[in-house]
Amino acid sequence: MESLINMVLLTLLAATTIAIVGQRSLLGVVILASVYSFLMASVMIVLDAVDVAMTEASVGAAISTVLLLGALHLTKTREEAPRHGRLLPLLLCAAVGAMLVWGTLVLPPFGTPDAVIHQHVVPRYINETVRETGSPNIVTAVLADYRGFDTLGETTVIFIAGIGVMLLLGGLRRRDRAQDSAAEDQR
Amino acid sequence: MNFDLILRIGTKLILPFILLFAIYVQFHGEYGPGGGFQAGVIVAAVIILIAITFGLNAAKRVAPRGLVERMVPLGVLIYAGTGIAGLLLGGNYLDYGVLLPEPVSGHLLGIFAVEIGVAVTVSSTMVALFYAFVERGS
Repeated sequence: MESLINMVLLTLLAATTIAIVGQRSLLGVVILASVYSFLMASVMIVLDAVDVAMTEASVGAAISTVLLLGALHLTKTREEAPRHGRLLPLLLCAAVGAMLVWGTLVLPPFGTPDAVIHQHVVPRYINETVRETGSPNIVTAVLADYRGFDTLGETTVIFIAGIGVMLLLGGLRRRDRAQDSAAEDQR
Repeated sequence: MNFDLILRIGTKLILPFILLFAIYVQFHGEYGPGGGFQAGVIVAAVIILIAITFGLNAAKRVAPRGLVERMVPLGVLIYAGTGIAGLLLGGNYLDYGVLLPEPVSGHLLGIFAVEIGVAVTVSSTMVALFYAFVERGS
C-alpha cells in the first residue's frame, strides 16, 4: 500500500515538474510550485517525517506562494523568451542530474538501521532525549536544544532576509515620505 | 470592492480554528509534530487571510505594521537572550540545564522560550514581507 502511495505521489511530482518546465506564464509556475510543495509534504508524511511535512505544507505550499504572487503583482507575469540557446543549460542540467543519481548509487538502502548516519549520534538522541530534556518529541529536542545554535542561526537568517527584503521594497517609499514632509515644512 | 458573502463568513468561521491550531502547534511541539517555525507560519497565514478577504486595512488593525516590524528582531532577541540567561546563571551559551534548579525542567523552559522566539520572528517576518509587497504594489 505504501509503495503504491509513493508511486502515485512521485509520478505526480514528476508530472508537476515537467509542467513547470513547459510553463511560460509565471502565475502558472507559482501555482504549480505550490502543488509541488503540497505533493512533497505528502511524500514526507509517507516517510513519517511529520515535522518536515508540516513545514513544507505551511511554508512551501502556502506562505511562499502568497509572497511569490505578491512579487508577481509587482513584475511582469510572463517569462521572456530565452536569448541564448537551450542546448548548454539542458546539458548542464543533465550532467548535474546524472552526478546526483550517481551519488545516490553508493548510499545504503533506504531505511536500514545500520547505515552510518543512524550510528553516529542518533542512538544517543533516541536513548537520552526524554531523560535529558523531558521532551518526548526528539525532533523538537534536537532542533531547539541539542542543535540550539543551528536554530539560532536559522532564526537570524530569517531575520536578516526579512529586513533585507523590507529595505529593498519599503526603503524608497519611506524616503519619499520623509522628503514630502520636509517639503511641506518648507512651505 | 465587492467581496463574496460566503467567502467573508467562511473566513470568519475558520479564522479562530486556524489560530487555535497555531497555538496547539506552538505549545504541543514538545509532544507532537510542530514547533515555533510552523506555528509562526500559521499565525502569519491568519493575518494574510484577513488581508486577502477583508482588505489590507483590516489586517493592519489586527497586526499594525509598526508592531510587526518590531517583532522581527524581538524574536531573535528572545532566542539569543535565552542563551545569555544561561551564561549569566553559570552555564554555557544556550545551555538550558542551568535555567532552573531541576535540569530537565530547565531544558523544557529553554525549549519553550526559544520556540516562542522562533515563532515571533517567523510570523512577523512573513507578515512584514506580505505588507511590503502589497504596499509596494498598491
